[in-house]
Amino acid sequence: MHDVMPILEPLIPGLRRYARALVRNAALADDLVQDCLERAIARWHQRRSGCSTRAWLYAILNHTAIDEARRATRRGRHLSIDDAMPADLSSPATQEQSMFAHDILAAVDLLPQDQRSVLLLVGVEELSYAEAAEVIGVPIGTIMSRLSRARDRLRGLLDNQAARPALRSVQ
Amino acid sequence: MTERPVTEADLQAYVDDRLAPPDQCRVEAYLAEHPEAQQRIDALIVQRHALRAALAPIADEPVPSRLDIRHFASRRRPAVQRPTWQALAASVALLAIGAMAGWQIRDHAGGRANGIGALAQEAADSYAVYASDRQHPVEIAEPAVLSQWISRRIHRLVGVPSLDAVGFRLLGGRVVATPHGPAGFYVYEGAQGMRLGVLVRPMTIDKTAKMAEHDFGGVSGFAWADRGLGYSVIGTASASAIHPLAGRIRQQSTAMSTIG
Repeated sequence: MHDVMPILEPLIPGLRRYARALVRNAALADDLVQDCLERAIARWHQRRSGCSTRAWLYAILNHTAIDEARRATRRGRHLSIDDAMPADLSSPATQEQSMFAHDILAAVDLLPQDQRSVLLLVGVEELSYAEAAEVIGVPIGTIMSRLSRARDRLRGLLDNQAARPALRSVQ
Repeated sequence: MTERPVTEADLQAYVDDRLAPPDQCRVEAYLAEHPEAQQRIDALIVQRHALRAALAPIADEPVPSRLDIRHFASRRRPAVQRPTWQALAASVALLAIGAMAGWQIRDHAGGRANGIGALAQEAADSYAVYASDRQHPVEIAEPAVLSQWISRRIHRLVGVPSLDAVGFRLLGGRVVATPHGPAGFYVYEGAQGMRLGVLVRPMTIDKTAKMAEHDFGGVSGFAWADRGLGYSVIGTASASAIHPLAGRIRQQSTAMSTIG
């Protein structure tokens, strides 16, 4: 197990980014990453050789996020994106940039969960299509079609947003 | 010459900049002839860059100390409402880190691969896996059956030490695998659910060794060997709290082997 740290540590910033994009709340996202890391360390020896460790970690994080979302739904808790933004996007960007970031992330929020995951894993986290398929547990063909649908849908949402700048989404 | 037709998957891979040069040329040739597709793909490329840029600052943030895995062993999760299974996962991770730190110490210090150093490591490993298991820490709870099972598997007559007098109740035990063959592993539970693990197996190197303290970060304990039988007592309690328990177990095992 002495090989855990050098493998895990470089992946943490990406895991945080993915979690934040999924839940859009900094504290909750880091909770998810923490749970993910703890699970990963506890199950380190259960990794199958030949599988990407990165994909394995994102898969754990993905499951953790889905579990948490189910639990939150059971508890009746709703996370409004207005709770999360824009302070959580701790970017020292200009007003204009953060408004734009806000808009695109708000649009991502409106995607169905399965499309959002694929879009983020491939487009942002740069997982290969095969790795993304491993994370989500679907064939590569499904990844490709979800990616295509996610991107077109996001494009439509952004076009709408541009037409109606006051649009605010609540998940 | 007829080229393979461009697929939607090709277009997505083009957006992701993941096509090999010949495929890239093929897609570009297609897009040049299909302005609507070109417009769509351009928009998707812009979108991909925008999304990456919007999320990039998060990955540039310093990692909060609660996610620094080097600190996992020394910090506790803040007391927010968490389901118990998460607390459990946390404890498993702490123990695993302890075991992991142990491996590292072993690698650096050398000489731990065998003898009671190895024994202590095996105890830490079993502790991490079984003692932290809130639902099924043990396979057999009945001391007589357990003693019989372990004795048969390690080819040595071993009893089950009793720690009732010092407030640790036997939960039971099991046979566990070690690089040196089967071993017996007992789990005890004390106040506030604090658990203690005891590993016993035959020794080939340090047949008799004085009690030595081992620290694996989150877990620590004591190991010794007596006439070819090695014991390692391990737990998350402080070494000073575990030491008298180890002494008690050694006393009982010596008495047992003298009778045997």
